[in-house]
Amino acid sequence: MATDYRTSPGVPLTDDLVRELRKDFPILERTVNGSPLTYLDTGATSQNPLQVLDAERDYYLGANSAVHRGAHTLAVDATDAFEDARRTVAGFINATETELVWTSNATEALNLLTYSFANASQGIGGQAAAQFALGEGDEIVTTEQEHHANIIPWQILAERTGATLRHIPVTNEGLIDYEAAQTVIGDRTRVLAFTHVSNVAGSVTDVDLMVSLARKVGAITVLDACQSVPHMPVDIKKLDVDFAAFSAHKMLAPTGIGALYGKNELLEAMPPFLTGGSMITKVTMNEAQWMPAPIKFEAGTQRVSQAVAWAAAVRYLEHLGMDQVHAWESHLGQLLAEGISEIPGIRLIGPAAGQPRAGLAAFHVEGVHPHDVGQLLDEKGIAVRVGHHCAQPLHRALGITASTRASAYIYNTAEDVERFLKQLSTVRAYFGY
Amino acid sequence: MSGLEQLYQQIILEHSKQRTGEGLIEAEGRRAASNHQYNPTCGDEINLRVILKDQEQVIESVSWEGDGCSISMAAASVLSDMAPGMTTQEFQALVDDFREMLRSRGTAEPDEEVLGDAAAFAGVSKFVARVKCAMLSWVAAEEATKEAAA
Repeated sequence: MATDYRTSPGVPLTDDLVRELRKDFPILERTVNGSPLTYLDTGATSQNPLQVLDAERDYYLGANSAVHRGAHTLAVDATDAFEDARRTVAGFINATETELVWTSNATEALNLLTYSFANASQGIGGQAAAQFALGEGDEIVTTEQEHHANIIPWQILAERTGATLRHIPVTNEGLIDYEAAQTVIGDRTRVLAFTHVSNVAGSVTDVDLMVSLARKVGAITVLDACQSVPHMPVDIKKLDVDFAAFSAHKMLAPTGIGALYGKNELLEAMPPFLTGGSMITKVTMNEAQWMPAPIKFEAGTQRVSQAVAWAAAVRYLEHLGMDQVHAWESHLGQLLAEGISEIPGIRLIGPAAGQPRAGLAAFHVEGVHPHDVGQLLDEKGIAVRVGHHCAQPLHRALGITASTRASAYIYNTAEDVERFLKQLSTVRAYFGY
Repeated sequence: MSGLEQLYQQIILEHSKQRTGEGLIEAEGRRAASNHQYNPTCGDEINLRVILKDQEQVIESVSWEGDGCSISMAAASVLSDMAPGMTTQEFQALVDDFREMLRSRGTAEPDEEVLGDAAAFAGVSKFVARVKCAMLSWVAAEEATKEAAA
């Protein structure tokens, strides 16, 4: 497997170092509309380095076979690679391998959770699962900042069980209103689901506060960690949430795989969601017994090569050092926030420049629709996200239907940010403002 | 002309700001129909009303309210300029021509005699992601006209 890295482990990232790293990402060398590609859309999906692509290819070239079945050597090698990947990805957030369930993506991870709770509410899983059962009078609390994936599964669960869905509103800046949180979270709250880093506002949630509010009332905590795990050191034990969802494709790995983290004792008690092959011990025509977690939640053929690739991405990030990754992205996030704030007629969403934020910035250009903004940026090879970013309620709360978002990663330089800001500053004039 | 200039023709930029037909016209007691179209990928939205003349299959007015990008707003404006005075059949023929042009992926050479200001949207056909922006209001008008004439 390709494990050669271009930099020494754990050194601070600089523009020069990043330029060196970019050689691992051939896609960044392509041109778009005659300009070099400036990729500022990692918040949507990240690019994969050669080390990750090689790991997936090597798996197919040398070990591809069915995991957890078969006694031949390839099957053993594949199972080893698969379970090593699980240990690696779990270890990345300081979880054990039994606490990490593979899913298709983070959305499926959250659906797994809500469907499992729905099953528990119908008595599936027996007494042990009763702690997840919801009914009338129970409340599920989420926030107005959430991605649709952390809203709609809860809506369906509420509908199915008779529970009530409530939400913590956002402030005028699009930040979680912690004062309101204290009143929304109450004795009836059974589940508190919230994001770690907002994919639009770029703000980092005070997880300690949210968990302590939930603990006081005995609510289960669910963290959407899609925008945090790829970008900052995340110690899931320290955060002390009960469940978390995150995704490979936002952290240098392929699409098609995500994960649900759950505390051991909770995953053990939860009933399965998808059922069928692989997740059972004994099956008769009338009933089945389930494997222990996490296999209980992994029915059917799994995404082995993607898991192997994800582990390679984790090793790549660990080599860089998550403290360094976080420092570099915070730097880029500040450059974005400062630069955007300085352009007349553009409103920055989320924390003001100078306040802590992730390496992303969404904004509203007065008079110009985000699709038109994106089009003008694309003309110069600059890729950003336009639209509602799967967060319609947050946009509605901000009084807009859509926004434009630039999001950076380890392969972006300050020069990328400058190129973006330069073109952005021409947008309003182009449309006659 | 660069691709961007083809997309954002001056006529489109002008119509996106000086919009014809914006603001729904009261239609009580008239032969009229409204139609709502929504683009879920970007949240663009239009609510459009077609009013026919009392005794003829002729469009009297097109009015609308909506929110969207410059292409979608300009397309609604150009449409509202062109449709009044057309028979419902003439208008359907215009919609068909407009749709064909937008689906041509940049190959159509629009007949300005037939398409008028709508020919300015030929450049949009090269930008596949933007075709729906231009079509949004035209689809709404097509549906509303059919309903009003029925």
